[in-house]
Amino acid sequence: MVVKLYGQVTAACPQRVLLCLLEKEIEFEIIHIDLDTLEQKRPEHLLRQPFGQVPAIEDGDFKLFESRAIARYYATKYADQGTNLLGKSLEHRAIVDQWADVEVGYFNVLVHPLVMNLVIKPRLGEECDAVLVEELKVKLGVVLDIYENQLASNRFLAGDEFTMADLTHMPAMGYLMRTNINRIVKDRVNMNRWWEEVTARPAWKKLMKMAGF
Amino acid sequence: MAMKVYGNGMSVCVARVLLCLHEKETEFELVPVDLFACHHKLPSFLSMNPFGQVPVLQDDDLTLFESRAITAYIAEKHKDKGTDLTRHADAKEAAIVKLWSEVESHHFNPAISAVIHQLIVVPLQGKTPDAAIVEENLEKLGKVLDVYEEKLGKTKYLAGDSYTLADLHHVPYTYYFMKTCHAGLVNDRPKVKAWWEDLCSRPAFLKVSPGLTVAPATN
Repeated sequence: MVVKLYGQVTAACPQRVLLCLLEKEIEFEIIHIDLDTLEQKRPEHLLRQPFGQVPAIEDGDFKLFESRAIARYYATKYADQGTNLLGKSLEHRAIVDQWADVEVGYFNVLVHPLVMNLVIKPRLGEECDAVLVEELKVKLGVVLDIYENQLASNRFLAGDEFTMADLTHMPAMGYLMRTNINRIVKDRVNMNRWWEEVTARPAWKKLMKMAGF
Repeated sequence: MAMKVYGNGMSVCVARVLLCLHEKETEFELVPVDLFACHHKLPSFLSMNPFGQVPVLQDDDLTLFESRAITAYIAEKHKDKGTDLTRHADAKEAAIVKLWSEVESHHFNPAISAVIHQLIVVPLQGKTPDAAIVEENLEKLGKVLDVYEEKLGKTKYLAGDSYTLADLHHVPYTYYFMKTCHAGLVNDRPKVKAWWEDLCSRPAFLKVSPGLTVAPATN
């Protein structure tokens, strides 16, 4: 049976799950939830995701939400198929988890409001908070210096191989790279090298095609 | 050699790790880090955690930061002893534990940490709490607790009928929150209140809570 993913293919959190499914060569079906008309807040979707967000999955009668939990479930269930996203030893898995958690607490917390102001608000005809954008850029620069240092001695965030730690960053990073502040990544040699390498992966290219980017 | 945890018992993120170690009946050594003297910003500490924060775990030659990555590692390494914090034996149940752990991380934590920051940390810096930030985040927290109230009407704990990391990760911030004048947000929701009281009755909690000593401002 095919995994059903409820979400919008252009949105970052559904993309996190889709990228994982593509890397793991798992078949799926997207059931479009239209964010522009707030379909995610309607009662039918709230039964799948009580916080009124996307994605949610149904796999037979197994249901799950939270993109990082979904990605981890499929990476574990299909550990022997497609790319190994979790790490090879207990210690390596812990390092993967560490950098995946960094994405939540340090990266996403800054990039999400940046993308909201630079991409989403203009699309909705709302005013961008320029003061906030400047503040967030400064803070993001400090965080990306740490990533730059990590990637100076590691090919990928958690070591020599592409893992969930890299994958989990990619959807929001994709949005950031399409804004007028993408130099914040491009001007950092190792970050730029890492981004070119992870976006050359076939799974990412398929995802971008599906999303029409 | 016993695991080393760098940090202090009053820190929320350190307490998260200590609770896990006690639940797993694992020996450890707590190595205090003087935050007021900014020892967490010294090169020797930054070489362990480049983000300059506590906790850091050292287990032989593994150095780990991010409290939830640390709890996941401890729970997995010692999965055969102490409390089953991850339901590792069943992939689907393990995923549900991870789901509600993500909910804590993305929905609960941002709101409650903003409130605690204003009511406890800001006064320690000699400044006045921002009432607008407190109000905005109390409203967000209320909505999250409404979801919890409904979930806890169906299962005893967040991810099912046994205590897991999904519940544990909530404990330290909630402990501080319940000392503020906004404890009603929990107490007015009967299922959430009963869940919280249960979490406070656990032996691991009783060992860690004496270390959570920072007092809130009374507004």
